[in-house]
Amino acid sequence: MNENKNKDKSTRRDFLTTVTATVGAVGVGAAVFPIINHMNPDSSVKALASIEVDISGVNEGQEITVLWRGKPVFIKRRTKEDILKAKETKMADLKDPQEDKARVIKEEWLVVIGVCTHLGCVPAGGQGDYSGWFCPCHGSHYDTSGRIRKGPAPTNLEVPKYEFVGSDKIKIG
Amino acid sequence: MSADNLEQKYKPVHTNKTGGSPFTGITGWIDNRLPVIRMFKHEYLDFQVPKSLSYFWSFGGILTICLILLIITGLSLGMHYKPDTKYAFDSVEKIMRDVNFGWLIRYAHVNLTSFFFIAVYLHIFRSLYYGSYKEPRQLMWLIGIVIFFLMMATAFLGYTLPWGQMSFWGATVITNLFSAIPFFGESVVTWLWGDYSVGDAALNRFYVLHWLIAFLIVGVVVFHVIALHIVGSNNPSGIEPKDTRDTVSFSPFTTSKDLVGMLVFLLIFVAVMMYAPNYLGHPDNYIPANPLVTPPHIVPEWYFLPFYAILRVIPDKLMGVIAMVGSIAVLGLLPWLDFSRVRSCVFRPIWKQCVFLFVLNFFVLMYIGAAPADGIYVVIGRIATAFYFAFFFILAPLVAATEKPLPMPESIHEFENWKKQGKIKTINIFSK
Ligand code: HEM
Ligand code: FES
Repeated sequence: MNENKNKDKSTRRDFLTTVTATVGAVGVGAAVFPIINHMNPDSSVKALASIEVDISGVNEGQEITVLWRGKPVFIKRRTKEDILKAKETKMADLKDPQEDKARVIKEEWLVVIGVCTHLGCVPAGGQGDYSGWFCPCHGSHYDTSGRIRKGPAPTNLEVPKYEFVGSDKIKIG
Repeated sequence: MSADNLEQKYKPVHTNKTGGSPFTGITGWIDNRLPVIRMFKHEYLDFQVPKSLSYFWSFGGILTICLILLIITGLSLGMHYKPDTKYAFDSVEKIMRDVNFGWLIRYAHVNLTSFFFIAVYLHIFRSLYYGSYKEPRQLMWLIGIVIFFLMMATAFLGYTLPWGQMSFWGATVITNLFSAIPFFGESVVTWLWGDYSVGDAALNRFYVLHWLIAFLIVGVVVFHVIALHIVGSNNPSGIEPKDTRDTVSFSPFTTSKDLVGMLVFLLIFVAVMMYAPNYLGHPDNYIPANPLVTPPHIVPEWYFLPFYAILRVIPDKLMGVIAMVGSIAVLGLLPWLDFSRVRSCVFRPIWKQCVFLFVLNFFVLMYIGAAPADGIYVVIGRIATAFYFAFFFILAPLVAATEKPLPMPESIHEFENWKKQGKIKTINIFSK
């Protein structure tokens, strides 16, 4: 064998080892990513991203539930009393402090995803200690702004992205 | 260099080439090339087991039979079931009404699952009571906990398949446990679902995983049994066998005894399956899944209740999930938390009481898991949860350090004599 003349004594074998390991690692990565990622929501699921809802028939104090991305969305036309209660709540009393005005576009309409932020059950309307919603699964109470007040749920009911289109339609998503 | 030195320099090659089979003819021919036959004879015919084993030691065999029957009935169900949210519920109803003996196969699969868990709980109790988790059987115990986790996963996944109300909401609540993971929780859950809620994508993959994990269990059970045949069975005395006065051959002694145990167990199973096939299930699962309405009272299957109770009584989401997973994982620490050198509770008067209290507490948790999540139930549940963990982290090391064991016999055959003379008490229901 020849003398190794390289300054750092690296050999042809070192080079081949590094190249092989690199190609191998890239190959494994390129194979694993699709195997993991195919399990995420597919294009047809993502395409169903928005719906329009007619709210003209909803009277004061009434609530309707619509299905959006497989999840229920509560659209509640709140009474004066509901709104007052929601606005007067002190931030110090909240587990996940948020002003009522940050949760609505028009005060009269509360739009929230009807999925308990604990483990995903659908809370029942007009029930619980704060006259908003009550989740029967493990006992979470939400107020008239959909904020968590009591029970194991960590955060408020989520407000989806929505907008009013015209005077009596809501576009969710 | 002389020829002599050369031979010393090169060591002979060792291959696994066998031969020398004790069998002749075709059996011998096969055995010389694939020594499974002599292995079988060695491990299952001549294998020496302690002669003091009680019926508590039959549950391993019973579990194996349950697993085999679950796979056979599962394969049959799989030939008629459709993993699609539109058809799943109806395909299960079709199995119940139209498929030849479909009702029998499905009721067998469902009730076998319950009996599988009954057997595994008794199997675990046996190991706790007689100290089977201690040196040198720690790894068997750890492999067992892995099997228990996998069993729970399979049973949960299977329960989602009929796509009834309990299937759907059980799937929703359990998959949402992952949303407690800090930062990545939401993305992990979306990934598990393949959607923004539990739906068709989830049902399809749950079906695939239900199969896969069932077969993984078979693989892990093989390791469990290999490990058993290395360290040997524990026994009610907790004393290792020393000579042939202490042991019997696996066949025909243990095999015949195990067969009796299996038959009695299966007879009880058949009685329940035939006379009360839905007793252990929840009626709401005969209502098709509805993503808009959560049933007012959702409860998991009975075998999950104690762990579900621990989840529910803790008021914080992340802590609740950690406590629930921890309540099973903590079993894995027991061989090191309980460092007493004496295995069997027969000679451990204080630890014996602790183990009985632990069992009682387990039933309390089971009751709480099915009760409403408020008022006095939460208080009782919290006390029971505290005791559950205290058993491992406080009682186990404390008792190990302070307890004075009762006088012990020298050997298993002496133990048997003591038993005849009434000098020691063992658990009666499964002895003899
Ligand atoms: C460790 C073993 C297994 C356990 C613990 C288990 C458990 C379960 C459970 C609890 C159910 C729900 C029963 C119901 O209410 O309908 C179920 C359903 C089902 N299982 Fe399994 N299973 C096991 C093995 C298998 C295997 C190996 C297969 C297929 C090869 C299989 C195929 C099915 C099918 C198709 C269903 C849906 C039909 C139905 O719900 O009746 N299972 N399983
Ligand atoms: S899912 Fe609502 S309280 Fe647990």
